Amino acid sequence: MSDLLNLTLAEARATLAAKDISSTELTQAYIARMEATADLNAYITTTPDKALQMAEQADARLAKGEGGALEGIPLAIKDLFCTEGVLTTAASHILDGFIPPYESTVTTNLWNAGAVLLGKTNLDEFAMGSSNVTSYYGPVENPWRSTDEPDRKRVPGGSSGGSAAAVAARSALAATGTDTGGSIRQPASFSGIVGMKPTYGRCSRWGIVAFASSLDQAGPMARTVEDAALMLQVMAGYDPKDSTSAAEAMPDLSAALNQGVKGLKIGVPAEYQVDGMPEEITKVWRQGIDWLKAEGAEIVDISLPHTKYALATYYIIAPAEASSNLARYDGVRYGLRVDGDSLAEMYANTRAAGFGEEVQRRVLVGTYVLSAGYYDAYYLKAQKVRALLRRDFDQAFETVDAILTPTAPSDAFAIGDNEDDPVKMYLNDIFTVPASLAGLPGISVPAGLSERGLPMGLQVLGRMFDEGSVVRVGRALERAADFTAVPTMVREG
Amino acid sequence: MTEPYRIQGETGEWEVVLGLEVHAQVISHAKLFSGSSTTFGAEANTQVSLVDAAMPGMLPVINRECVEQAVRTGLALKAQINLRSVFDRKNYFYADLPQGYQISQYKDPIVGEGVLLLDLPDGSTKSVGIERLHLEQDAGKSLHDQHPQKTYVDLNRSGVALMEIVSKPDLSSPEEAGLYVKKLRSILRYIGTCDGNMQEGSMRADVNVSVRKPGDPLGTRCEIKNMNSVRFIHQAIEYEARRQIEILEGGGKIDQETRLFDTGRGETRSMRSKEDAQDYRYFPDPDLLPLVLDQARVDALGAELPELPDVKKARFIADFGLSPYDAAILVEERETADWYEQLAKGRDAKIAANWLISELFGALNKAGKDLSESPVSAESLGGLVDLIGDGTISGRIAKEVFAEMFETGKAAGDIVEEKGLKQVSDTGAIEGIIDAVLAENADKVEQYRGGKDKLFGFFVGQTMKKSQGKANPGMVNDLLRQKLDG
Amino acid sequence: MSLDKATVASIANLARIKVPDDRLEAMVGDLNAILGFVEQLDAVDTAGVEPLASVTGHTLPQREDAITDGGYQARVTANAPESTHGFYVVPKVVE
Repeated sequence: MSDLLNLTLAEARATLAAKDISSTELTQAYIARMEATADLNAYITTTPDKALQMAEQADARLAKGEGGALEGIPLAIKDLFCTEGVLTTAASHILDGFIPPYESTVTTNLWNAGAVLLGKTNLDEFAMGSSNVTSYYGPVENPWRSTDEPDRKRVPGGSSGGSAAAVAARSALAATGTDTGGSIRQPASFSGIVGMKPTYGRCSRWGIVAFASSLDQAGPMARTVEDAALMLQVMAGYDPKDSTSAAEAMPDLSAALNQGVKGLKIGVPAEYQVDGMPEEITKVWRQGIDWLKAEGAEIVDISLPHTKYALATYYIIAPAEASSNLARYDGVRYGLRVDGDSLAEMYANTRAAGFGEEVQRRVLVGTYVLSAGYYDAYYLKAQKVRALLRRDFDQAFETVDAILTPTAPSDAFAIGDNEDDPVKMYLNDIFTVPASLAGLPGISVPAGLSERGLPMGLQVLGRMFDEGSVVRVGRALERAADFTAVPTMVREG
Repeated sequence: MTEPYRIQGETGEWEVVLGLEVHAQVISHAKLFSGSSTTFGAEANTQVSLVDAAMPGMLPVINRECVEQAVRTGLALKAQINLRSVFDRKNYFYADLPQGYQISQYKDPIVGEGVLLLDLPDGSTKSVGIERLHLEQDAGKSLHDQHPQKTYVDLNRSGVALMEIVSKPDLSSPEEAGLYVKKLRSILRYIGTCDGNMQEGSMRADVNVSVRKPGDPLGTRCEIKNMNSVRFIHQAIEYEARRQIEILEGGGKIDQETRLFDTGRGETRSMRSKEDAQDYRYFPDPDLLPLVLDQARVDALGAELPELPDVKKARFIADFGLSPYDAAILVEERETADWYEQLAKGRDAKIAANWLISELFGALNKAGKDLSESPVSAESLGGLVDLIGDGTISGRIAKEVFAEMFETGKAAGDIVEEKGLKQVSDTGAIEGIIDAVLAENADKVEQYRGGKDKLFGFFVGQTMKKSQGKANPGMVNDLLRQKLDG
Repeated sequence: MSLDKATVASIANLARIKVPDDRLEAMVGDLNAILGFVEQLDAVDTAGVEPLASVTGHTLPQREDAITDGGYQARVTANAPESTHGFYVVPKVVE
């Protein structure tokens, strides 16, 4: 494995600017690594030719001293972002052969800043999942193996599992993810990397295949908090093409990064200590509290009383929106078509063949909870509980500046586990979903290894539009945790 | 008051209860949620954006003008403007509905209750309640006749803004339904929010029909979809009411359903079978936030509205002394009202109205033309009215002159001049003609003087004839009386 | 509340997803498990609570009425499984 692959994004940026290396060299190293780690199935599509072409252009700009904020940085893009002229699948059979004639706003921002596209990463189909096993293109393997079951392949988390695995395996310097109920933070935790979901409205949703519109947010997945901050600063921005886009100015995250946590009030919510949670999760959480205390933060016990209803709320709202968002996949204008004798039959055949089981389940649940006679009892009720969840946070943020919780209730499980019951799989999102429903920014930072040698992350949540505090606390945790462990496959090259 | 509309059934008289849902295409350059053009008649799928084609990840952004057009319409209907409204998704599958849902407004429409005044033929008015007005997207178009096994889909119309304007069930005859559509069309055209072109589909009506015995509670209604002419609305209601009466009188019951009017057969028929019962699963569109309007902006839009037909009609009655019936006719189209006001300016407004309504409208109708295509301008018709007013020509000659004007587009004065139609008002000249007539009909003069009064008309006729119609009829009358009775 | 096969079949029809008979039973079980899970919301007192309409508290931005898009027939039909003369083509729809 090339030494270039050990550079963080911030280091690579400096090295490129100093012309110690070229983007082409860096990109070639990543292309070689993508090939070497192809078995992880982290990518659905790789674009080496395009990458080299973009790297060459980046080098030309760097030579003239004109580089953008991410000039020459090779990135992986979750295959939920539409990329002009490059197959975009959402990991679904139903988007077979779909070549978007347009480029998403977020990726446009990245390319305008000089970034290089390595390829499109695997994910749970339509981002519906927490394990990346629902992909039509097959599961992604987490580069990490446990010490107790070293022969079992483990999930990288989901839905942004391909992005997480690619960053962890060093086959991308950083990657984009999207987070609807935890799809950036949970795989970041499982894969030992940093993942950040900004405030709802920060990153334009234009050109991102929709799962649940009121929840979907793009964000960075990277090796360090600083790298995530650098990337988010480029990805975010007001977009008049997205009616839910936020015009609030993004704080200067690089400036916020190293301000330390001295004097900050950090909330620790009692409700996140759930029954049956492994002791080592509680332990790493307590460790995080101690680290922040040692750095000068004030720890405040808080209550978020509706937390336990967040998952149920989420599993009404997200499928409801998805059932409608996915109605456009009908075999008429793009993607898969399976013929039928009538239009209705063509639809039903196409959607039966094109959607995997988990997507079908969620579309049916969503259809049901919106149907006549059930809307009030399910959907409307859920939107009311959502308001209560938000109120919990608003009240907490009257006293605290940020909230610290575990990211996930476990470390990475083995591929094939938790699949007997859909609800069991949903429990993975228990700590990430509340902030998604409330629209708040959050980050997951690797905090330590479990007894069986798998990474565990801690989550920091902030006020609406206060990404500054989130990266500040995240960076403090990162410094204190000094998480230097890497998967064996990375250590051994 | 006109007699209430009743249908005679075998068991007695029935009345109909009607409510209309009119879909009016909003006048705007671009679509409701995308920047593609709304122009009618372009080549297939050339006015389709990525948003209209519902490509993955595409998002709607609302057109301010469409919002304001809905507000203007609401204000013109004296309706409640809701400063906060919500867009919902109406979910169903159809080939020309690319998103798999229509963005519409369900629980919180932009406009609430209002009122519309019908101008009845007897000159009275009837107030019809408006239930609501909301904004929604039009669907695309499916062409079923291009291929034996295939349907072709064109999305040019997909996403064009529509206003759905829902009346209360306050209409009680086919005529009233027709008048409602005409009046609504008139208002929309006045304020420029819809062109009202029913043939091109810019205005379509769904009619809810139910029947009941006078005094009974409301019956079960059927909805007749998508009608694009007042004539079809009349026919469809008449047919549908009779159909329902026959069922009820036969001891049956009405199924609440959607029906289509078959214009060829003059019948309505059921549109969807039971198993396809729709469940639209409305919910607030999460791609859109609540639409909030500023009261000051609403007030400003209200202040910019032109004089509306009802106000104009009242003014025509008060200022010009027109009958409510004539005034209603003249104000239906803003262009007609403007035309009339130009014509009536400085002239006898009632004579002007008569000439416009009975002569020019008649001639235009016969020629199959619009007022905008009239060969006779307001100024020109005014010239004719002036010649009548100052006694240059008689009313009878004027009709002849008008026919010539309509034919050739020439000015009235020129025709009168050319043809020597100027009225003779010279006492000496008229006396000369009268003397000749009396001399030629000495026997009749004798009879008249002997008491046969009715012959007076004969002498008038003969005198006018001899003057080739040019003699001033009033003077002819006076002079004849002097000569015969004097 | 527990769904039966007929209800699930009708939901599937509404969602235009063909669920073959041999998979219906499993689907009924899955959906009931999910609905059973979400029904815990019944325990929450939401009297007088307004449903959350927007997490940012923003209202709808409005764009100017200008033609800025469209005019690219080939671009919108390029991915279509079947198209001809610029139309999308689907199996015949019988009204």
